[in-house]
Amino acid sequence: MTGDHQTLALLLFSGFVAVTLMITTWVSRRRHGSAEEFYAGGRLFSPMENGFAIAGDYLSAASFLGATGMIALYGYDGLLYVVGFLVAWLVVLFVVAELVRNCGRFTLADVVAARMSERPVRIAAGTSSVTVSVLYLVAQMVGAGSLVALLLGRTGEAAQAWTVIGVGALMVIYVSLGGMRATTWIQIVKAALLLGGTIALTVLVLVRFHGDVGRLLLTAAERSGHGKAFLAPGLKYGGSWTARFDFISLGLALVLGTAGLPHILSRFYTVPTARAARRSTVWSIGLIGGFYLMTIVLGFGATAIVGPEAMRASNAAGNTAMPLLALDLGGGPGSTGGTVLFAVVAAVAFATILAVVAGITLASSASVAHDLYASLRRSRGRARSEVTVARFAAVGIGVVAIALGLLARDMNVAFLVGLAFAVAASANLPVLLYSLFWRGFTTRGAVWAVYGGLVPALALVLLSPVVSGSPDSLFPAVDFQYFPLQNPGIVSIPLGFLAGWLGTVTSDEVADQAKYAETEVRSLTGAGAV
Amino acid sequence: MQSSNGRSHGVGDGFESSAEQRGVHAAPARDVRYDDPWHDALATGWGEPDDTGTPAPAVPSPRGERSTAAVRALDVYVEVQRSAAFQQVRGRYRRFVIPGAAVFLVWYVGYVVTATSAPGLMARPVAGAVNVGMLAGLGQFLSTFLLTWAYSRHARVRRDRAALELRWDTQELTRGARGGAS
Repeated sequence: MTGDHQTLALLLFSGFVAVTLMITTWVSRRRHGSAEEFYAGGRLFSPMENGFAIAGDYLSAASFLGATGMIALYGYDGLLYVVGFLVAWLVVLFVVAELVRNCGRFTLADVVAARMSERPVRIAAGTSSVTVSVLYLVAQMVGAGSLVALLLGRTGEAAQAWTVIGVGALMVIYVSLGGMRATTWIQIVKAALLLGGTIALTVLVLVRFHGDVGRLLLTAAERSGHGKAFLAPGLKYGGSWTARFDFISLGLALVLGTAGLPHILSRFYTVPTARAARRSTVWSIGLIGGFYLMTIVLGFGATAIVGPEAMRASNAAGNTAMPLLALDLGGGPGSTGGTVLFAVVAAVAFATILAVVAGITLASSASVAHDLYASLRRSRGRARSEVTVARFAAVGIGVVAIALGLLARDMNVAFLVGLAFAVAASANLPVLLYSLFWRGFTTRGAVWAVYGGLVPALALVLLSPVVSGSPDSLFPAVDFQYFPLQNPGIVSIPLGFLAGWLGTVTSDEVADQAKYAETEVRSLTGAGAV
Repeated sequence: MQSSNGRSHGVGDGFESSAEQRGVHAAPARDVRYDDPWHDALATGWGEPDDTGTPAPAVPSPRGERSTAAVRALDVYVEVQRSAAFQQVRGRYRRFVIPGAAVFLVWYVGYVVTATSAPGLMARPVAGAVNVGMLAGLGQFLSTFLLTWAYSRHARVRRDRAALELRWDTQELTRGARGGAS
């Protein structure tokens, strides 16, 4: 990778940063400082705009670079991984989008707390939301750090650290100055760039193979060195039964976790009605599904055109498959086309990370200010002061994420993302579903459902091979590994549901039928929705 | 709770009527184009945090002593929940969502379990480069798109109108209940 790529990539990326900062200043000049505006962007985005923003919020660098690389190296198993990210949106569409839009105001805890004793429920749901957000945020920060090393050829630790700090500073500026409105526009711009770049590359790959997908697949299989096995499952998630169960666990976490991700939930509050929330979900499913279909073409294309040796030489996990493919499609190293396409891919990857971290920071600052601060302080401050707290919370979360991002620099990004999904599925989804659909659900059930999912998920990770007991783990010297899987989902998700049920049947509190009637009527009709 | 109700009575009318206008505009036109979102003239008058007429769940409020007005508003919800119109909307929603969710969850989990435990079956060739696994994977994409389309069509045709009517009726009733109390 020569200096040309890097200069152009840096120029394009600076352009993106300049545009996003312009958006932020523009938005912050017109702000009124109301909570409605800061958390929900005034709730007046159109379904199409919100659909693009959701896609921009959801498609992280892990999808853009990681999934393509996985397909490029492991063939069918990469596809298997990608499917979960899309199917998850049916859960969001069926049970979350409209109902949550109708019942809540800014956060997940709003939906649950409407029926229950507010303080404990808000603290529980706020804690789990912040945990999920921070895990996801750290994953993105680590990804950003290693991206620089990969794409700009700066492998020094200092460059990586400065990238993490720079990304953290930018996301804090976007969120604390621009709130939801700036974040949404940044995500829309990013989604357009990401999809535009992906479409262009996909067309180039298909043109290279004269539109013959069958030949593309056969060439990829041949070049991968695995033959037909490349087009069948087993290269990555085959082998030992532990690996297989690990993947089933990850698949469950992906499908059920998306509906519990705080930054996805908060996007539904930016549209005026439940109908608009539904239509924005339909938009986002179309965009996300189209994107993943294209990553499949790009992944197999990378194997067929670049070849696995070159990809492995550049990055063992395959994260550079996409930029290498772009370089080749543009005419190879040294050509103008190759330079431009490579720079575009690098810049899009950075833009992706920035937009995603901004969304997560906003959602977690909402959880801190709206749920935790409001419940713990018990002072009935005006809405303006809550927004001020949220702005400071964004700064605090930025600092924590930078610090953890620097500490976790060597951790596997895909593992961290899988973990965030698993915690979201175990701690947030059960309580959400029970409060929306279970007449007899009580406060104790709600609190138990959250902690009963959150604590086992985190504890199982501590006892897993990720932390200790294997050469790749965080502390290879010690061994307190008692749980064989990397992803806790398969155990902790049922535990979350079980704990919610157990807490409800053991509590003497009788569920308030009138409050349940209110939740049910509001969730399905939108009566009284803000 | 008391204080938010007291406030809501004064500004509640403004909220309801502006909300109703939106509803009137929104109902016939399928594609609602909102004004330039940069321009937030509507946002300030509508949906300010403390101006909403609903018992705002966001502000931590001492629970337990509910005002009479709030109790009556809750009674309205119980009444609406028992009404035939609401039961119909809920029934239609559940009759679609429960089987639909069961189908795609079973289909997805079955796919993942088969792919990990029986890779041989997935590798069976169908035509050219295409094998059973490829078809199943693309089938997941296809079924997701189809279910998305079916759900949104079902909601649009079978639920939206009834839900919108219930929404205005309920808001009318809760406003009446609150107004009568204070």
